[in-house]
Amino acid sequence: MVEGGAPLRSARLRLSAALWRRPWLKLSLLLAAPVLAFAVVYLGALISLFVSAFWQIDAFTAAVVHKWTLDNFKTLWNDHTYWRITGRTIGIAAAVTVTDAVLAFPLAYFMARLATPRLRALLFIAVLLPLWSSYLVRIYAWRTILAKDGALNWVLNGVGLPDAGLAYTNRAMWIVFSYVWLPFMVLPVYAALERIPESYLEASQDLGAKGSRTLRSVILPLALPGIVAGSIFTFSLTLGDFITPALVGGAGSSFIGNVVHDKVGQPDVPFAAAFATVPVVVMGIYLLIARRLGAFEAV
Amino acid sequence: MAIQEHAAAVLTAGVDAPDVRLVGVRKAYGDVVAVDGVDLEIASGEFFTLLGPSGSGKTTTLRLIAGFERPDEGRIELAGRDVTGRPPYLRNVNTVFQDYALFPHMTVAENVGYGLRVRGVARRDRRMRVDEILKVVQLPGLGDRKPIQLSGGQRQRVALARALVNHPQVLLLDEPLGALDLKLRQEMQIELKRIQRAVREVGITFVYVTHDQEEALTMSDRLAVFNDGRIEQIGTPAAVYERPENAFVAGFVGASNVIRRSGRTFTVRPEKIRMTNDGGTRRDDENGATGRIRDVVYAGMFTRYVVDLDDGGELVVVRQNLETSSTEALDARGRRVLLEWRPEHAIETKPKREEKHESS
Repeated sequence: MVEGGAPLRSARLRLSAALWRRPWLKLSLLLAAPVLAFAVVYLGALISLFVSAFWQIDAFTAAVVHKWTLDNFKTLWNDHTYWRITGRTIGIAAAVTVTDAVLAFPLAYFMARLATPRLRALLFIAVLLPLWSSYLVRIYAWRTILAKDGALNWVLNGVGLPDAGLAYTNRAMWIVFSYVWLPFMVLPVYAALERIPESYLEASQDLGAKGSRTLRSVILPLALPGIVAGSIFTFSLTLGDFITPALVGGAGSSFIGNVVHDKVGQPDVPFAAAFATVPVVVMGIYLLIARRLGAFEAV
Repeated sequence: MAIQEHAAAVLTAGVDAPDVRLVGVRKAYGDVVAVDGVDLEIASGEFFTLLGPSGSGKTTTLRLIAGFERPDEGRIELAGRDVTGRPPYLRNVNTVFQDYALFPHMTVAENVGYGLRVRGVARRDRRMRVDEILKVVQLPGLGDRKPIQLSGGQRQRVALARALVNHPQVLLLDEPLGALDLKLRQEMQIELKRIQRAVREVGITFVYVTHDQEEALTMSDRLAVFNDGRIEQIGTPAAVYERPENAFVAGFVGASNVIRRSGRTFTVRPEKIRMTNDGGTRRDDENGATGRIRDVVYAGMFTRYVVDLDDGGELVVVRQNLETSSTEALDARGRRVLLEWRPEHAIETKPKREEKHESS
């Protein structure tokens, strides 16, 4: 339409040409909104969390005293209850991560490499379907299943087995967490497995490797970034949760999140903030280890 | 059929069974028949090429020999042993893949040593053999690199080394030079022949898949021309080029220069035709024809002329630019010419493949 050297008549053409001449302007327009949101909303909240962790609450007025102190962290360090809660949170998060990895890998492998396109689409829907319903509804559903007179025991008793005795235990939390976060493991593992060219597997066989050897030496190392990506989801989501422990866990199965929730309600926001930094630090260490293992090396 | 004729021509002294034998092999994917009854015998140490256009079944045939596909019918033998039901890891063949399929998470040395490691060769022995083969493919000292740090040509050599280090009975190469640029490809053709001669003493047979007829002609001891899942002709490069059995082979290996004389079909190679300006009197006999130059393609070293014949049809003539400049060549467009060839250069071909298969 626009002839070479012809005057740019319409304003839109002039604008687009001006943007073409100034790439930095185009980039600023593109990134303005996300950068603003990231800096103000996200980083702002995170920084105020860290800052308030070093403040304190006035015992009488319950007002926040803006005076720098390490008292919150000292309390955390010296009280064994908080160590136990932290240990439980990390332990169950780790167990959930391993369980989801073990469950997700074969499923993702089947979806990525063996299933017909139709079956693959069906499995995708099956994996994602739970995410369409409310998290809270699904937790309550599990409560009904695991309850003393729930569906699980009803089935077990029906075939002459004793009660499972899972209601309000740490094992119940483990099962429910593994269920709710499974899609977050399946998807990245699927993506990683799907990217492995068929010829790599053929080359491995061609060089004399049986299936188990190919799995160990070729598929697993190449799928590792996907497994790590999934584990970051399952681990951090479990680490920060407080609803499942409150609804499915029993007495004495509090998570870090439950303590934070309680302290905010007291209200002791500075102590809640201090304890909330623990999962952040744990995730930081987790990512460092993953990096050391070469999980982020793009191949 | 062609196999019996050529089996005698192949020097397989001291070897009873051919290294590779395919008997009536058929493979279909749904309704699409990829390989439609292929019979093939390849002698030990031979450089054998499967040549054909894409979709002709040559790559599927290679994958059947490797064991990546299972035939619907027929038998595959390696050194006289039926391997039809064996998985790839129980066949003494190795493959150089079109995309090289180097493991990105392993170094060059780990890639090359993978087959040995899988077979439980001790570390020291392994390192020795890896170093040795990296010298053969002229990549010494690159063992610690990752594939991503290598150029296309280097990856090609690593893929070759990874297969050769296992001393397979048969080396399968699936368009290994397809991804390289022309100059590198020509270098690698020479290189590949050098390596093949170097390992021939060990008795490694090369089965090579390509769609490039020039590559097939320059590199092979023998070649099979594939079309529509079947073999059109098997023979030495010279035999296939000079005596194509039918119109397809004539057209695919070289230009399709087909002329019809008294109900019979002949093919004449473009470089065998003498073109002169003497196109005044119309002629269309066994060894000459008149026509008008329709198209001139100047290609540096030579010029290709497309001539519309007076009696219908066309012939492609190739002339070296011995004393011709590009302007002179291009000026020839539209000129009347006389084309002549020696009687022995007009090869009679069977126009239809069906005739050939009835006789087999």
